[in-house]
Amino acid sequence: MIHENVLLLSLVLMAGVLFAFVYVFIHSTKLEQDYASIAKNSYSKRDKLFGFIIIAGVLIAIGTTRGLPYGPHNANAKQIDVIGKQWYWEISDTTATVNQPIIFNVGSADVNHGLGIYDKDLRLLTQVQAMPDYTNKLAYTFKEAGEYKLMCMEYCGLVHHSMISTFTVNDEG
Amino acid sequence: MSPLQPLNKSARLAILCYVGISAIVFLLMMIVGLVMRASQAQLIGVPPQFFYQLMTAHGGSMIVTSGLAASAVLWYFLRRYTNLYTPILWINLGLFLTGVVLILGSIFIGGFAGAWTFLFPLPSHGLGIWSTGAATAFIVGLLLIGVGFLIFYLEVARAILKEYGSIPKALGWPQLFKNSSDTMPPATIVAGTMVFIVNILGILAGAVVLVLILINLYVPRFEVDPLLTKNLTYFFGHVFINATIYQAVIAVYELLPQYTGRTWKVNKVFLAAWTASSLMVMAVYPHHLMMDFAMPSWMAISAQIFSYANGIPLIIVTAWGALTIVHRSGIKWDAASLLLMIAIFGWSAGVIPAIIDATVAVNKVMHNTLWVPGHFHFYLLTGLVAMLLGFMIYMINGDDQSAPINPNKPIDVKPMTAADTSAIWVYTLGSIGFSMMFLISGTASVPRRWAEHFPEWIVYSQVATVFGSFIVLAMLILVIKIVIRLPKARTL
Ligand code: HEM
Ligand SMILES: [Cu+2]
Ligand SMILES: [Cu+2]
Repeated sequence: MIHENVLLLSLVLMAGVLFAFVYVFIHSTKLEQDYASIAKNSYSKRDKLFGFIIIAGVLIAIGTTRGLPYGPHNANAKQIDVIGKQWYWEISDTTATVNQPIIFNVGSADVNHGLGIYDKDLRLLTQVQAMPDYTNKLAYTFKEAGEYKLMCMEYCGLVHHSMISTFTVNDEG
Repeated sequence: MSPLQPLNKSARLAILCYVGISAIVFLLMMIVGLVMRASQAQLIGVPPQFFYQLMTAHGGSMIVTSGLAASAVLWYFLRRYTNLYTPILWINLGLFLTGVVLILGSIFIGGFAGAWTFLFPLPSHGLGIWSTGAATAFIVGLLLIGVGFLIFYLEVARAILKEYGSIPKALGWPQLFKNSSDTMPPATIVAGTMVFIVNILGILAGAVVLVLILINLYVPRFEVDPLLTKNLTYFFGHVFINATIYQAVIAVYELLPQYTGRTWKVNKVFLAAWTASSLMVMAVYPHHLMMDFAMPSWMAISAQIFSYANGIPLIIVTAWGALTIVHRSGIKWDAASLLLMIAIFGWSAGVIPAIIDATVAVNKVMHNTLWVPGHFHFYLLTGLVAMLLGFMIYMINGDDQSAPINPNKPIDVKPMTAADTSAIWVYTLGSIGFSMMFLISGTASVPRRWAEHFPEWIVYSQVATVFGSFIVLAMLILVIKIVIRLPKARTL
């Protein structure tokens, strides 16, 4: 799952940073008089790393912009309207079928909310902000039948943490 | 340049007030944070309404106090190169304290719990729990603090421009782009220039959105676009908190050379990194809006690319520079230098989960989960606050009362006491552990800003509460030491 991979990638990179600091820290109290050559050596490495990271960073950033959730959307999808209100969800239909493309038309009647779709293991599958005056279209296709939860992802006042609805996905046919 | 003169009496007193007040507020608000986490862990019972009041107080106070402490670092070192006008320090402090009183009153007397991000139109939707008056007090309080900082950065701009002539010169553009052989501007000037540019713009954006909300509170017919205010709020918030690190890091540039007896040379890569970051820090804020599908999608895409590109140059320049300067330097570590070094680690490491989250595909499942407080507590606790503590301890550990001094002379190192050493390492491990628990909770999809958690999530909060107690304990020791020694702080 993407969740764990994100954590793993972060941990690996952070451990790399930690390693560099620990290495230098351990060698810091010994004195090497010739700072000029330390600096020259170190900065030439930095300049190479710099070029590499910037190019890699921009390429990864561009590479990961494929499959963005912003549309255009499937015109034949089932349309479901979801309106956030302090503090409940008003949903035009709380059922769907497995593999049926759905578009949630998400808005709000009062303040900012956030629509988060959670599976039965409490795993966040996707989300979108719910705001007054705007309709955000969230496309999603459920792959498994079962009970899902719609939970609020944007702080909206005192009952924010209880703004939860259920959503049922049935097997095909 | 002429030999460094001691701070004048009034400026010294003001700086010490900045340091003392921020140290104490940091400690108090950490205790508030611990109460929140312990309540999510169900170790203590806090009613949701009070939780959200505490959350508003913790977030708001931490942000503005970071701004206050960071501005003290900027002023303290900037006046080595420019003539700053001391009364500005007092005006800023006066507005800050007035604003904080209004904000705390609005929260704890008026019941305001609209979060420090005051996302429109939440402040006007208290639904009887808080009144228009309470929302007004909060907004006016923040506005006053903003005005104080605005005056502060205008003075910084005036002083730098008077000494260095123009923004391009202060950022070293002639050396960078035209191969000019003039001496490079000092790191403090480059950083100070970037900070005044972005902070003046950021604070103005914040002021505009606060005024819009204020008018709408009393004249609901005056319509305000919720997506516009969201943009302005996050532009302000993103710029302001990032600029605190860009100010605090000046202490690293100025002090590590003194600790190691080596020079931190400003070169073209350094100048290029700062210029690039100045521009990009203003372009990346839409990464807060990736889940707002009504935004033009090119903004999300550009935010993703700029976020990758913005964090990296400045951190590589700073972290690499810091590592190079201490490597085999024979440095004798003391509490201040150790904290500064730990802070550079905390900043560099904490930015990693932040950048990864600025990828739309990741943001879709991490936005507004505890992943977000995870990365920002990492670089604020292990990074920013450690940096500020390093500066504060440097201030109180000095005995160079005789002027004029030579800033290139190595610092007389105060050996660390056992209490110093243990407090610093407990703080470091506590803050890494505490932030990691937020990141792990985010991986488990726990939403942020939930007063009550599902039973499945409670174990994360419980472990985090243990780490949080370590932080508070270590902080208590460090803050007591700082406050007690403050009257004897250095004057240069
Ligand atoms: C012992 C240290 C700390 C503890 C225990 C702590 C705890 C917390 C907790 C529990 C939350 C709410 C998380 C959620 O459920 O969304 C939070 C939010 C926050 N904290 Fe901390 N924190 C600490 C230090 C800091 C520091 C040093 C800063 C800044 C310099 C900071 C800035 C913030 C901000 C800006 C928020 C967001 C508030 C919001 O969502 O409206 N915290 N903290
Ligand atoms: Cu809501
Ligand atoms: Cu909510």
